[in-house]
Amino acid sequence: MSEPFEPKIIGFLCNWCAYAGGDLAGISRIQYPPNMRAIRVMCSGMVHPELVVEALTKGADGVMVMG
Amino acid sequence: MECGRHLNIEILTLSEVVAVTGQAGAFSVTVKKNPRFIDMDKCIACGICSQKCPKKVDDEFNMGISKRKAAYIQYGQTVPLKYAIDPKTCLFTTKGKCRACEKFCPTGAINFDDKEEIQTFSVGSLILSPGYKPFDPAGIDFYGYGKIPDVVTGLEYERMLSPGGPFHGHLEKPSDHKEPKNIAWIQCVGSRSTNRCENGYCSSVCCMYAMKQALITAAHLPDGGRQTLFYMDIRSHGKEFELYYNYAKEHDIRFVRARPHTIEPGPGNTGVTMRYVTEDGRQLKEDFDMAVLSVGMEASADALDLSQKTGIELTAYNFAKTGSFTPVSSSRDGIFVSGCFKGPMNIPSSVAVASAASAEASKALISAKGTLTREKKYPAEKDLSGQPPRIGVFVCSCGSNIAGVVDVAAVVDYAKTLPYVVHAENNMFACSTDTQELLAKVIGEQNLNRIVIAACTPRTHEPLFQDTLKEAGLNGYLVEMANIRNHNSWVHQKQPEKATAKAMDQVRMAAAKVGLAFPIQELQVNVVQKALVIGGGVAGMNAALGLADQGYETMLLEKTDALGGNAWHLSTTAKNEKIRPMLEQLIQKVESHERIEILKNARLTSSTGTVGNFTSSIQIGNESREIQYGAAVLATGARESEPTEFMYGEDARIMTHLEFEKELAERKDRVQSAGSAVFIQCVGSRNTRRPYCSRVCCTHSVQNAITLKTLNPSMNVYVLYRDMRTYGTREDLYTEARRRGVVFIRYDLENPPLVAKTDGALTVKVTDPILGMPLELTTDYLILAAAIVPNETRELVELYKCAVNADGFLNEAHPKLRPVDMAVDGLFIAGLCTYPKPIDESISQAKAAVARANVILSQNVMQLDAIKSFVTDHCDGCALCLDVCPYRAITLTQHSDNGHTAKKISTDKALCKGCGLCAATCPKRGVMVHGFTTEQLRAQVYAALDLIG
Repeated sequence: MSEPFEPKIIGFLCNWCAYAGGDLAGISRIQYPPNMRAIRVMCSGMVHPELVVEALTKGADGVMVMG
Repeated sequence: MECGRHLNIEILTLSEVVAVTGQAGAFSVTVKKNPRFIDMDKCIACGICSQKCPKKVDDEFNMGISKRKAAYIQYGQTVPLKYAIDPKTCLFTTKGKCRACEKFCPTGAINFDDKEEIQTFSVGSLILSPGYKPFDPAGIDFYGYGKIPDVVTGLEYERMLSPGGPFHGHLEKPSDHKEPKNIAWIQCVGSRSTNRCENGYCSSVCCMYAMKQALITAAHLPDGGRQTLFYMDIRSHGKEFELYYNYAKEHDIRFVRARPHTIEPGPGNTGVTMRYVTEDGRQLKEDFDMAVLSVGMEASADALDLSQKTGIELTAYNFAKTGSFTPVSSSRDGIFVSGCFKGPMNIPSSVAVASAASAEASKALISAKGTLTREKKYPAEKDLSGQPPRIGVFVCSCGSNIAGVVDVAAVVDYAKTLPYVVHAENNMFACSTDTQELLAKVIGEQNLNRIVIAACTPRTHEPLFQDTLKEAGLNGYLVEMANIRNHNSWVHQKQPEKATAKAMDQVRMAAAKVGLAFPIQELQVNVVQKALVIGGGVAGMNAALGLADQGYETMLLEKTDALGGNAWHLSTTAKNEKIRPMLEQLIQKVESHERIEILKNARLTSSTGTVGNFTSSIQIGNESREIQYGAAVLATGARESEPTEFMYGEDARIMTHLEFEKELAERKDRVQSAGSAVFIQCVGSRNTRRPYCSRVCCTHSVQNAITLKTLNPSMNVYVLYRDMRTYGTREDLYTEARRRGVVFIRYDLENPPLVAKTDGALTVKVTDPILGMPLELTTDYLILAAAIVPNETRELVELYKCAVNADGFLNEAHPKLRPVDMAVDGLFIAGLCTYPKPIDESISQAKAAVARANVILSQNVMQLDAIKSFVTDHCDGCALCLDVCPYRAITLTQHSDNGHTAKKISTDKALCKGCGLCAATCPKRGVMVHGFTTEQLRAQVYAALDLIG
């Protein structure tokens, strides 16, 4: 039996909203799956589309840009 | 958070003022500090005390809908983020047993010996900001609040809607926990009422919050449900608020002009049954899933107590008494007020008056300026050029907060295997003072030049670690945090193995990023400590006077040959203060001030430079002159528009407000002998051409209607309106006008009054919505409440690259939180140029602008944030980034390279905010943001996917 599929997700989180939301989820102890790796950015607008494509081609199962 | 971190702000929590003695400039304030029972220096806000505390009590932050513990924080973003023990409910303080928190606290922060302390502070000025209390509708029996579970207040509903609230943002009916689909909002509960309460005023904010709640609710439901607002007048008198009202109507929010008189439990004891009478007299009964009472604001008991202790006067409604020309000064010299203690107001007004109060408070302290403030000094930075990265990784246990879930020892061992990592260790608390000292020591011993802190969130703790690096002689930007607490151990509590694996990934990502980090220099600007004010009206003059009083040379530029602006044409304020004497005194003060230079018939013709250091050319008559300044206040004003409707200009009896003011002043006898007068509201406002409310006209008409009734009580005075918007305590004037017999008749935009002249008589035809019948009024005066339109600012907007809205009003940097800042740093706005407003609000904004400009002008050298864009060698001048930059910080420049010219962009560090839109747009990696370069972000992606190392 193969292991259940665990997606690898890259998240680009805006420092001022999504990242802060992540912090608040922690303070509130809201439990969620540990599949996303967060990259903090100063604005979701600074995420180059090339980087999103690159993440997907290099093996990420999903990319979230949150801002 | 900014307050909590500020070197010159000391926050006294759980404290109350006991007494205030002395006088302006030398007050002695006695403060009682109640015990917290938790040592703030030791508390790391891990929340274990709260988890272990067995005592549950109503959570006041969630309006009692959920529970909190006796060991608690009010909410997740509490500043300072330190827990407290509530002595009224704690089992140990009330019954002498328990102490569970003490047993489990990992840092030994619990201190049940904590005692109340009395402290005395010497201060020069005081600002009182005790806030308001939401009206308690329990006393109004016909709403059923407290008896019918599905009747809630607006604030309770706000918490129910909130993702951080008791239902995590999933709407539930309190009665049966099912999703409500059909909700009714009832406006003016505890406002505009002297029947069941004493609150004759309008609370100003409830129409907007109810609309917001209705729209959010509709967005929450798959089909939007059916959301209904019961109201008397919709008061969307703020900037862009009318657009929001239109948007709500277009999105199927139902607006019913009625005041429901009875709420009963709904069928099956869930929901509500509501009875109301429509405008045309029909008695209706309707069922809703819930009723939300839009409760108003009132003065709190604390505010009353504070006013007694500070000895300041209150109004009849127990708000602080202030004058229109001194809007933040209390009745006692040296004591200032802000926020809803002044009266009901929304967030932008609250922020503006708070800044205004700080300007006034600091003006009184001018002779002692800078004597008690603190600044931090650091050793010189080590030169790292040519050195390969030597990374140190510090993994925090945070007591058991991280270590209880994540295997920190395994993370440390793993970190040691990563490229360039030369040192890794585990710390119990990375943020504790002793670990900070240790960190500095290890940096020196191991010659570390990059640091990874695997701990909590950079949003609260990065400044602390940056500071430690700076103290150890490293650039503050050579540290990267891996958030293995908030983003890991706290949210994956039941999956320790996966959490540990994620923590390793996070450390790997941080190390990969910090390995590519380079020292970033914080930009410094030499500040020209002079100010420019554009516009010589009441707002501009107040700004100039405030800046000059703060000690800055100030140039006041006025396009005409006279100071004063619109105020020359106005007689009294809403509080019945005479405007002319104030204006003359203000002009006299401005003209005689040694630090104010008045430039009349002047206009700005160029502007270069940025915050702290602007250079402009000005044209004065035929002469041109160059000026330098560090900050500018734009107070370019607005004016009454010339109506194009209602036969304006065709008959001398038809006039605008300002023309009627003149008539009242110059031909009082004729006015007095008139048999009737008709006011028409919203002339040129709230229509498709100008979809905004002009804010001042309802009050102006009501004031003049009262004046007419005072001059001649038998005169027939009519006000034809769409929604009366006498917000705040201006509502008293509306009540007074009706008491004196002024007749108010409502009309719709689709069905406006018809003005005609027959045989010399002026007539106005309007349909009375209550009688449902057309009326014909013959009148001697027809006064048109003409829209307020902004003065022309196109030239200025172009010069400063600042923003205007669709109606031509200058835009603030943030409509709620930065109401007098412009998006361009160093520029501020005040008065009518941002939006129509009465004189007291204009003066508040002017004073607020002084406080905000003072932040810049008080420094010789200004430190700017270091996270900025920079241009790389790859830039080929394609200029794609120019259009996307929201701050217009990028320009295209020509430069010559070995004899041939090439184009390249150049970024203005002072204008750039580091958002990186340019970097994401650039196809060639020609522009990036310091600390977030494409290489760094890519390194994080690769590290996350485990492609390096």
